[in-house]
This record gives sequence, structure tokens and C-alpha cells, in this order.
Amino acid sequence: MSYIAKPKVSHPKLPKNKLGLTERDYEGSVSTLCAGCGHDSITSAIIQAVFELDIEPHRLAKISGIGCSSKTPTYFMSESHGFNSVHGRMPSVTTGANAANRDLMYVGVSGDGDSLSIGAGQFVHAIRRNLNMCYLIENNGVYGLTKGQFSASADIGSKPKKGLANQQEPIDAVSTALSLGATYIGRSFSGDKEQLVPLIKGAMLHKGFALLDIISPCVTFNDHEGSTKSYAHTRQFYHHVVDMDYIPPAKEIKADYEKGSAMPIKLHDGSKIVLRKVDKEYDPSSRAKAFKYLRERSNAGEIITGLLYVNEGRPEMHDLMGNVDTPLSKLSLDSLRPPDGELERILRGYR
Amino acid sequence: MAAVNDVVIKIATVNGTGSASANGLLRKAIFRMGVPVVGKNFFPSNIQGLPTWYEIRVTADGYQARSNRTDLMVAMNAQTYAKDMAEVTSGGWLVYDSTWPRSQLLDREDITVLGIPFSKLCNENFDGVRTRILMKNIAYVGAIAALLDLDLEVITQLLEETFGDKKHLVASNMEAIRIGYDYATENFPCPLEASVMAMDNTKDQVIMDGNTAAALGCVYAGATVGAWYPITPSTSLMDSFRSFCAKYRVDSETDKRTYAIIQAEDELAAIGMVLGASWMGARSFTPTSGPGISLMTEFIGLAYYAEIPAVIFNVQRTGPSTGMPTRTQQADILSCAYASHGDTKHILLFPANPAECFTTAVQSFDLAERLQTPVMVLSDLDIGMNDWMVPEFEWDDEYVPDRGKVLSADDLDQMDKFYRYLDSDGDGIPYRTLPGEHPKGSFFTRGSGHNKLGGYTEDGSEYQEVVDRLLLKWETARTLVPKPEIIYSKDNKAAILTVGSGNGGCKEALDRLASKNIGLNYCRVKAFPFGEEVKGFVEKHEVIYVVEQNRDAQLKTLLMLDIEANPDKLVSLLHYNGMPLNAGFVVDSVLKEMAKACAA
Ligand SMILES: Cc1ncc(C[n+]2csc(CCOP(=O)(O)OP(=O)(O)O)c2C)c(N)n1
Ligand code: SF4
Ligand SMILES: [Mg+2]
Repeated sequence: MSYIAKPKVSHPKLPKNKLGLTERDYEGSVSTLCAGCGHDSITSAIIQAVFELDIEPHRLAKISGIGCSSKTPTYFMSESHGFNSVHGRMPSVTTGANAANRDLMYVGVSGDGDSLSIGAGQFVHAIRRNLNMCYLIENNGVYGLTKGQFSASADIGSKPKKGLANQQEPIDAVSTALSLGATYIGRSFSGDKEQLVPLIKGAMLHKGFALLDIISPCVTFNDHEGSTKSYAHTRQFYHHVVDMDYIPPAKEIKADYEKGSAMPIKLHDGSKIVLRKVDKEYDPSSRAKAFKYLRERSNAGEIITGLLYVNEGRPEMHDLMGNVDTPLSKLSLDSLRPPDGELERILRGYR
Repeated sequence: MAAVNDVVIKIATVNGTGSASANGLLRKAIFRMGVPVVGKNFFPSNIQGLPTWYEIRVTADGYQARSNRTDLMVAMNAQTYAKDMAEVTSGGWLVYDSTWPRSQLLDREDITVLGIPFSKLCNENFDGVRTRILMKNIAYVGAIAALLDLDLEVITQLLEETFGDKKHLVASNMEAIRIGYDYATENFPCPLEASVMAMDNTKDQVIMDGNTAAALGCVYAGATVGAWYPITPSTSLMDSFRSFCAKYRVDSETDKRTYAIIQAEDELAAIGMVLGASWMGARSFTPTSGPGISLMTEFIGLAYYAEIPAVIFNVQRTGPSTGMPTRTQQADILSCAYASHGDTKHILLFPANPAECFTTAVQSFDLAERLQTPVMVLSDLDIGMNDWMVPEFEWDDEYVPDRGKVLSADDLDQMDKFYRYLDSDGDGIPYRTLPGEHPKGSFFTRGSGHNKLGGYTEDGSEYQEVVDRLLLKWETARTLVPKPEIIYSKDNKAAILTVGSGNGGCKEALDRLASKNIGLNYCRVKAFPFGEEVKGFVEKHEVIYVVEQNRDAQLKTLLMLDIEANPDKLVSLLHYNGMPLNAGFVVDSVLKEMAKACAA
């Protein structure tokens, strides 16, 4: 099987964004995932988000680990630089890339196996650094690519196609990220593009670590009755708690929000997001309250979605380190060396 | 036997008692008198309370290796008195703290025992527990100064340099020096036969450890991203890089940094960060040691196959497993050469001393970027953490870094389409682009099967085309890596071949063998893959003594694998007890092997 490039045909009638690009220009090669796989829907949500954000494809880097989910960066933005790394290690590659060039936008695509089992260490440490990136977990509760073993996100009682139900506590990416201080945390569902697209936009523009845990059913290995990550189960127990609108920099907030429910937040590039609290009790600016709410609701079997926590104020990795604004990779090597003749002076200290 | 300017001093102390600065003072004083020295640490994998030794070899000839003699033992650790005494070479001296006399223990007749009541003297003259301990260290420096006839003015000057404005510290340290000095002068015939006499053999030399030198090399190479996970004996490399950067990489106006040091969560992450940064076009490196290399191997294979530059410093320690973390070895040669699953092989560079750590560090970035592949610099604990006297290294301010085949935005403008893995120049090295530079430059980096265009493939012939080109690149690498150091003396049929820190001991052995009328040629390899010169050298000789510091003859194996060296003429001399190589071992082993060959 060779990779299939999509033919680039121009459709004069397709809408164009500010860069004169159509949504098709943000596509990648043809997906080789199973028909109906949740991951493909997330790919199309990403494409819509970057198209609407007018992102220059070559200014975005897409990085992944290994898994069906981690294959998807080839299916969007063929004009972007991509890096399909090794299993569970997307965060470290992204950390190094970002350390070298802070000017690009970084999108990391991972799976629940990739991030919560083999890569759990790298996942949590990227959060601690408040790495400026958009981190997507395409969460299906199983290892798709190795044919359906449970992953660490499988819920207690969830049944596999064959064999016994899972009895181990799941690792919940959202509460993990909350406890570690991620600065933008959302959960969504591959089948809910309306909610997902603005969440991705906000995650891309957020300055700091933005995590989206996206339920993304595996039609082949985990979409049967008794699975808690199936389309049917997700639809049944799924609740919007906080929805979100994205408002580009030049635009005003126009919509009429119900009093007490709207919470506008300014992003560093001048754009805004407006959180719409479906549940007025919910407070997406408090880690402690968010944590408690999540615990209670997930114990009740509910799947809580939306932008669950956001904090635009915390410095990201480079600012924590006190680095120059110019990307380190752009500094000329000459400028990085001690002045001419300095070596002699240094060596004098070793005599 | 010890003689003037040919003395080995060994100081036995307890770690965590601050003896390192006293030992440094002693070593520097001798060096400043123009007499070559080397200082070697033998320390436990522990923070406080265990025995530690510092060995100073004074050698007029400037030999760099360890000697297997101990002429003057300064036994400051009661726990190890017996062992320390047993180690003194016949005819030598043992100094110990006679505040608590140990006549029954110290019963060797062939050495001279010199008791000096250091504790008592320091308790009488100084207040405070910590001060007394520190001053006891300085007092033994004073005693050695008297015994070896060191220049007190040089010592005073060194103390002034160390303490600067803090005059009271200079005074109290000088007082401690005096206490030891005067006691020795009054009670023993000073100086001993083996003393230090000022000469002029340290001009244009410096004393530095290899990790400091490698860190300085990284600064000069323009490295901006360093990722690491602490591990002995590589830790001081990043510590040094950090302190050089604090000085040279902080903008004086904005106070902002032009470097990023990331302490990773483990070595898997450290190497992942290096690859991410190199992919973006920064010069990036990670220092580590054996266990770290083991963890990094999956990523090293990715870097090889996806062709991403990376610089890895492996400061080798004694394996396997945790092994002896504070002892030296060269036992990672094979695991580094072929690190990772699948058909992989990697460029190795072998500095032999700190001066070469500096130049090799700079070179490693040039080679990694030129060849778009990982380059591993294999030093070891002996080079990395010990104090070597080496010629002042030079830097050419005209140095132009080799960034390799990177297409600029202008280049891409001129191109129709860019494909990542095409061998346009026939040297096996493709062109790369940096993310963010130009829309046409985009490509997908992957460790999965790919064809020469950069696309995913599961087609056998497309796959094979790429891995075959990697072999061609390997042959190009062979011509670019540093050439060996070769010394021919007459037309000897036999030779010594070694690597890295084996250099000092082998060269000294050559001299000693020559004085017995045994002439041997010499080859020290500086890199893997081996070039024409190494191949020619091996072919030219009938017997080659391969000296290396591991059990399994890894260098010999590599010679057989890479240049098909005939194993029948390769005689392994293996030194792997964790101590640095000494010339005596090489001489004795060569003589033994020669005798065996004669008998056969
Ligand atoms: C070191 C290593 N071990 C095992 C594998 C095999 N492997 C490939 S993908 C995968 C699990 C992927 O699961 P997940 O991240 O949830 O992705 P999904 O396929 O479900 O989208 C495993 C175990 C591997 N590639 N590398
Ligand atoms: S196996 Fe599951 S996760 Fe993988 S492509 Fe098929 S449906 Fe998607
Ligand atoms: Mg999965």
C-alpha cells in the first residue's frame, strides 16, 4: 500500500478564507482508517478549524505518536510539516521543537493508549512545563491499531468484544490535566462537530498547554453493546456543561447571551472566546470546583463535555525559562558564540 | 621508584568533608610550579561518609595516564588505613593522623610512616566543627608542601585567587598550611627524595576535565537546546553548559536567554526533545551515560531512519546495568554503534582527553547536520570527570559551521517541488528543509516505511531503495569522520591499536617498551565508521594488540564487523576493573603475549 495523494482539483465555487485558501487546501492524503472511525471526524473538525482560523499551513507543525489516532496527521494539512514519532513520545518531540522554534503553532495528536499508558510520563510532564501546544487525545478506550486491547481510559465495567469486563480504575485525562495545572482543558465527542470546532480553535490559540480529550469511538473494536466508549453510549450519557464560541480578533461579541451564563475571555492574539455555561453552577475558572464537579458527575456515569477549565494568565514554557522572543533556531550561530579571543580568557581560569 | 618530579600522591579521605578543594589546591600548586600533573578521582556512588581517594601523578614527562604506583599516601580516613597502607609502593611514605596513634596497625617495614597529629593541631588552632574539618584538609596540603618542597608563595597566590577579597579566609587557610608545613619540617627530614622541583613544562597547558571541555565545545558550536536527565558521570557536562550559558548567553539588556536547558522526565524524553529541536533546525544535544543510552535506543533508530541530526554525549561508566556508576569503562562501544532495532549503525566519535572533547563536541554538530543522523561522542568517566593537563585548545574565530544540506526559502522558491529523501548529489545525503520556512518545504517525518519522495510505503522495493541509500550515506560518513592518530616508528610488524582514554596509557607503554628495545607502531581510532587509514594500518601489521577497557573486546569486534579485520592478528588486551588504564598493564600484557607467541 502506497500513500495516496488526493488530486488537487480547484473548485471555483468553494468559499475561501483570508489567505485565499479553500477548506480542501487544508486536507491531507486519503484516510486509511476504518469507515466510521471517530478519528476521521476529528480530522475533519481540525480541517474546518484551521481553515476558519486562516492558518498558513506551513506555520503549523503536527506531531503524533503511534496508533490509528496518531496516523491522522497525514490526513489533514498536507502542506504542514508533520512528525509521526514513536509510541507515546509525541510530547517530548513537541517540547524540543517548540523549544527551538516558539513561533510555530503546534498540534499534537495522540491516542488514549499513546498518552495514558506508554506515554503517560511524557504527557504529564508536558503539562507541568505548560508547553504551548494544542494536545488532542482521540479517546476510544482501546488500542485500535493492535486490535482492541483495553487502554488505560477504559471504564470499570466496560465490556470488550470477547472476554471479561474491565475492572481497573480508568485514568481520566481531564482530571489528570486539571490536577497538573494544564491551562486549557476541554472534553468533547467526535460526533459533535458543532462543539468540537470552536474548542479546537480556542485550543490552538491558547497560549499554554491546551488539552482536548475527545471521545472517538472505534467502530471495529469498541462500538458494541456494553462498551462505554461506543457511539450509542456516548450519545446517551453525554452532557454539555460549558459551550464555547470563538470570536476572531476584529469581530465584536454580537450574540445575545443569557444573563449569568456568558463568560468572555480574551486570548493573547486578540481574539476572544465566550464560554456559555449550560449548567450555571459550573465554574470553569476554578480548578478545585471543576475537579469536584467532574468527579461527582462521572461517578454518576455522565460524560461531561465542553471547555471545562481555562486560565489565560499562566506563563508558558519559554516565559517560565526567560527566553528571548526570537526562536532559538533562528539565531545565527555567530551571535551565540563568546566574543572573539574569549577562549583564551576562559582558559586562563584553568591554569 | 619515586624520584624528583616523578611522584604519585594519593589522598584518602571521606566524601562530603570538603577535601576536593584541598586536593585541587595541591594539584594546582604543582602545576603552577611548571611541573605536569594529572588528578584522578576515585569516589563512591554516595553523597557523604564513604571512602574517597584523589590521586595526583606528578610526571616531568607529562604522561596522561594513571600510574600503578603510590609513592606518598596521605591516609586521612581511619576506615581505610589498612588498605591504604597495603597499597603504598615499597620504599614509599605514608602520612596519617597520629592524634590517635596506630602503631600496631602500621606495621610495614619497607615504607616510612609519618604521623602528624592533624586533628589535635587543628582543634588547638581553630574553632567550630566544620572549620576544623576543612582546615585539617588544608593542613595536610601544608604537610605535603613541606615533604615535597612545594613553593609556599605559589600556594598563597592560589588562595588569594580563590578567596579574593575575603582576606580573613586567605589568612586562616595559610595558617592551616603553616601548621602542617611546620610540623613536617620540624619532625621529618624534608624534603623527601621524591620531591617537586620547579620546571617549565606546563607552559600553554591547562588543567580541565572533559565534561567542562565538551560543554564549552557545545557553547562554541552554537548549541541552543540541551535536554537531559541527570546521571553520573555525565551530569557535570550540563552543569558546565549551564554556567557557561549564564555568562555568555544572557542578553545584558533584556536579561533574556538564548538557550534552553530542559531537565527531562527521563532519557526517552531527553532524546525526543533533541530530535524535535534538531528537526526545527536548532543545534541540540543530550549528555548521558550507559543506562540513558539504553532508554534512548528506540528514538535513536528513528533519528537514523528519518535522518534527523542529533548529538549525544555518552560519558561511559562501568556496566552492565547500574554497574559501578563512579568507575570508568569503554563498554558501550557496540551498543552505541548499533543502537536500536533493525538495521542501524551510528557515527561514534572518540575523544581521548579534554582538549579533544572540546574539538570533538564542535565537530559532532557539524557531522550530525552534514550527515543528518545521530552522532555519539563516547568519552568516559576518566576523561569526563578527571583533571587532565592538556595543551590550551585553540579556537579559530573564522570557523564556519557546517549546517549541511538545508534548503533556504530562496532555494525553495526556485524549485518546482521538494522531495525529502532524494539523493540528488549521489553521496547518499538528501536535502532537508526546516519547518515554517516555506510552504513548498513541508514534508512528513516518520519512522514508518517511507519511499524516496517521503511518502508512506509498504512496498518492499521502495523501502529497500531508501535503506540502501542510507548505506551509501554511511560510506560518505566514512570519508568525513576524523582520521586516526597513527605513529610509525621504523618498520615494525606489530602495533598497538586503542581508542579514547586508552591513549595515555598506551603511549606511555610505547615509550617503556621502546626502552626495552621493543618497537611497536601505534594507531588510535578517533571515529566509527573506520576510514581507509585504519583499514590500511590493520592490513599492514602482522600482530595488533587491541587495548580497550571492556571485557568483551568490543573494539576488536567492531574492526572485524566494519572493515573485516582478520581476527587472527588481533590480540586483545582487556582492562575492565573500572580503574583508568595504566601503562604498566599494557607493558606487562604485551610482554606476556609476546612470550606466549614465542613459546607457541
Ligand atoms: C514501543 C511500542 N510498543 C508497542 C507498539 C504497538 N502499538 C502500536 S499502536 C499501539 C496502541 C495504540 O493505542 P492508542 O494510542 O489508543 O491509539 P488508537 O489506535 O486506539 O487510536 C500499540 C500498543 C509500538 N508501536 N511501539
Ligand atoms: S481499528 Fe478502531 S481506531 Fe483503528 S481505524 Fe479502525 S475504527 Fe478507528
Ligand atoms: Mg485508543
